[in-house]
Amino acid sequence: MAAVGKTHATRWTVINVLVVLYALFPVWWIAALSFKDPSTLTDGNYIPRKWTWENYRGIFDTSEFTRALINSIGIALIATAIAVVLGTMAAYAVARLRFPGKRVLIGMSLLIAMFPPISLVSPLFNIERIIGIFDTWVGLIIPYMTFSLPLAIYTLSAFFREIPWDLEKAAKVDGATPAQAFRMVIAPLAAPGVFTTAILVFIFCWNDFLFAISLTSTEAARTVPAAIAFFTGSSQFQQPTGSIAAAAVVITIPIIIFVLFFQRRIVAGLTSGAVKG
Amino acid sequence: MAEIILEGVTKRFPDGALAVKDVDLDIADGEFVILVGPSGCGKSTTLNMIAGLEDITDGTLRIGDRVVNDLAPKERDVAMVFQSYALYPHMSVRENMGFPLRLAGVDKATINTKVEEAARVLDLTEHLDRKPAQLSGGQRQRVAMGRAIVRDPKAFLMDEPLSNLDAKLRVQMRTQISRLQRRLGTTTVYVTHDQTEAMTLGDRVVVMRQGLVQQIGTPAQLYDLPRNLFVAGFIGSPAMNFVNATLEGNVLRSPLGDLPVDDRTRQSLERQNAPRELIVGLRPEAFGDVALAPDRGRDGPLLTVTVDVLESLGSDVYVYFTAEGGPATTAELEELAADSGVRDTGAGGAQHIVARLDAATRAREGEPLELRVDMSKAHVFDPSTGANLTHPERA
Amino acid sequence: MQAEPAGAPPPPEAEQARKGRAASAGARQERRLGWLLCAPAVVVMLAVTAYPIGYAIYLSLQRYDLRFPAEAKWVGLSNYGAVLTSPFWWDAFWVTLFVTGVSVAIELVLGMAIAMVMHRAIFGRGTVRTMVLIPYGIVTVVAAFSWQYAWTPELGYLAELLPSGEAPLTEQWPALWIIVLAEVWKTTPFMALLLLAGLALVPEETLKAAMVDGASAWQRFIRVIVPLMKPAILVALLFRTLDAFRIFDNIYILTAGAQDTGSVSILGYDNLFTALNLGIGSAISVLIFICVGIIAFAFVKLFGAAAPGAEVKR
Repeated sequence: MAAVGKTHATRWTVINVLVVLYALFPVWWIAALSFKDPSTLTDGNYIPRKWTWENYRGIFDTSEFTRALINSIGIALIATAIAVVLGTMAAYAVARLRFPGKRVLIGMSLLIAMFPPISLVSPLFNIERIIGIFDTWVGLIIPYMTFSLPLAIYTLSAFFREIPWDLEKAAKVDGATPAQAFRMVIAPLAAPGVFTTAILVFIFCWNDFLFAISLTSTEAARTVPAAIAFFTGSSQFQQPTGSIAAAAVVITIPIIIFVLFFQRRIVAGLTSGAVKG
Repeated sequence: MAEIILEGVTKRFPDGALAVKDVDLDIADGEFVILVGPSGCGKSTTLNMIAGLEDITDGTLRIGDRVVNDLAPKERDVAMVFQSYALYPHMSVRENMGFPLRLAGVDKATINTKVEEAARVLDLTEHLDRKPAQLSGGQRQRVAMGRAIVRDPKAFLMDEPLSNLDAKLRVQMRTQISRLQRRLGTTTVYVTHDQTEAMTLGDRVVVMRQGLVQQIGTPAQLYDLPRNLFVAGFIGSPAMNFVNATLEGNVLRSPLGDLPVDDRTRQSLERQNAPRELIVGLRPEAFGDVALAPDRGRDGPLLTVTVDVLESLGSDVYVYFTAEGGPATTAELEELAADSGVRDTGAGGAQHIVARLDAATRAREGEPLELRVDMSKAHVFDPSTGANLTHPERA
Repeated sequence: MQAEPAGAPPPPEAEQARKGRAASAGARQERRLGWLLCAPAVVVMLAVTAYPIGYAIYLSLQRYDLRFPAEAKWVGLSNYGAVLTSPFWWDAFWVTLFVTGVSVAIELVLGMAIAMVMHRAIFGRGTVRTMVLIPYGIVTVVAAFSWQYAWTPELGYLAELLPSGEAPLTEQWPALWIIVLAEVWKTTPFMALLLLAGLALVPEETLKAAMVDGASAWQRFIRVIVPLMKPAILVALLFRTLDAFRIFDNIYILTAGAQDTGSVSILGYDNLFTALNLGIGSAISVLIFICVGIIAFAFVKLFGAAAPGAEVKR
């Protein structure tokens, strides 16, 4: 028995290690690049032989990156906030109320979830130029929140359906006003779902590249993914590899933090809408 | 504490479906009343209307001497125990039980005293600082009860509070609820689909079907004098046996043989212009083993049957046998069969009869058995209306 | 007698009507609240997708070059003719189909394997789940750069494995496989998580029953697990196929569409922002939209994949 248990354990350890390597290899590689000194940059080594912070210092010295980082954070946060608020309202209605047109709403958000963003780039580019929001925060926030609304509505309505609504009744019989029932019973139970949705939406906005390069033209609204694609070396003959790697690591940190701390929730959020639906 | 009076209470859902129709019910102060019926009969809707969780479409509802039709639940001062218990998962047991008092603005010290008092009664003291998720099913149920009793409300409303417990715990909690209710003397309305629970708990039982009250009475009245086929079939376990019969003079010709009708019953049938085709209902205990008591009910008809299955419960023995001819069917009986799941057992088609005999019986599976029918316990029903024709004066 | 109507109770019909109104008032209120709550989301979604797609169709019917805006002119369907007879469109189309088909197929197999690992793992389940989320969360552009550097000669560890002088990203087929690799790495975890959720819905007892009935592990997988997971698999496939068809970020970073490795999205982007041809670009946009519609429609038709519904539970 002990031997069987041991081989089992070994097998699982090997499998686990493989999965971990699969997930981390490319991340580790770019992180290693970011710490490499220009002289050892091309050695292809998996661990930097000469560690340096130079690349980070370099990117934080330029407004090209710092400005983009501010844009990324600001735009993603605002778009997330709006999408979550609108999504919460709609998801509550979808999960809790009966009204004609609900299926239309669900169908419509499904449609938008499948929408190819490139199809919107050309009209939005033109419309935004005409109304003057091209290359502004607003110009990116609008498509971000729109494209994340279906995600928000789906995830939230799946969460809301899980809330035992008997509790609302119980609270009313216990003497709560509707406002009290919401504040003391429903809101604390809904909060984790809303929070999880916010993380997913934030990741979505943070990740976007196509809108970011199409609807911006200057540092005014360009987000980090777009900015690093346009990085140039400090001289014409120098590749910006180190800077790109450092910038890549910086925008990966928040994602890693989310994943480490909220792993369980993110998984629940990602799968709830798709399977239970 | 208060009386609860329903006058013509009706509930029509927005889609037009009539859930509860014209319910009249006087619940006395301190009384324990059970609403019982198959699922969809309107019992929970009625309870929700009393709680204020559903609007009353028509009629009046009084709690104490106040008409409460338009009052919010919070102003009705009633406590409710839900089937799911509806404990607040983010609050500890203490906070759960204290929640109604906190909402009522009672000061902290008083809340604590009351919660601890209730916890002591319900044997929850050591769990007070746990979360509901850490409790067993029975403990959660008791917390739900505790949340109801701390408030000392005018009435307790309980919606199938024991359905989620396993069979053994259910019986124990049943006794505990009964004891608690007697001790507190609080008016209680209790909804269940389990007729055993209804019979054992209630001072009075209200049997409902399709939104209509079928009969209101003490458990004994419902058992002995069911007003119609539905009540007769719903109350009692094992259920009453029903056979088709044709009235010919003083005799009911049935698959069980010819059953004589006494004069009083015959007159009653005549007075009501009973049709010739009838349904006879016999409870399992209306049969007796001739071998055990040859003299009892000497004038009752004898029948010889072959035992299909024999179930011994120790104190009693259930004997199952098959009668000739198809089973009696009416809308009510269909509904009862569907509700009890008989239809799912694959036992449809033949007419199965169950008799409850003394444990001393010598009956054996596969062997013949002589039974006597106690016709004084027989009920005769009109198949079209379902009405009990034997006891019209009660009807 | 004359005065009676005034003092009499209202006739039953009127009474009934009043009740009817009272009864439906709650429903009407619920309906209004439902609409009110959904309205902002609906308005936003319509304004930002329906209106622009209409506008895109309008633009696609014009000759509209941003360098010569004054010469914009109605040309009917000729932009579509130009696109559909152009080898660029068809190259991009086949590249997109190839990348979509191959990467989704690999993802399905690999995702299923990872889902099984996560489902069956005796220990380390949490670790695996956390790790698997990292590729999902990483910005695509970042991952694409990592792959690009890995395959860049004289820089990357993977390029070192190749004979010297090879530059895989500068040749069509090697580059396409690297694009597939990048796509698979990034999105397999999502697939695995969806499949894991489906796997959790397969009752343990059913598997035990199959085991008792003498089914081997492979038979249990093919005959019990897969059929029971069918809805989850279809949803995962549908989402991933549509998503892969829109592939843009990975290709843009890895090859920028050079050596015939561009997808339809890359083609659309180039026409809009490099050639500045709004008319042709819009026509491509509309064609991509139609393709996505056809894929979604085919999925639903072929597999009867039920759209995730939302029934109200009470």
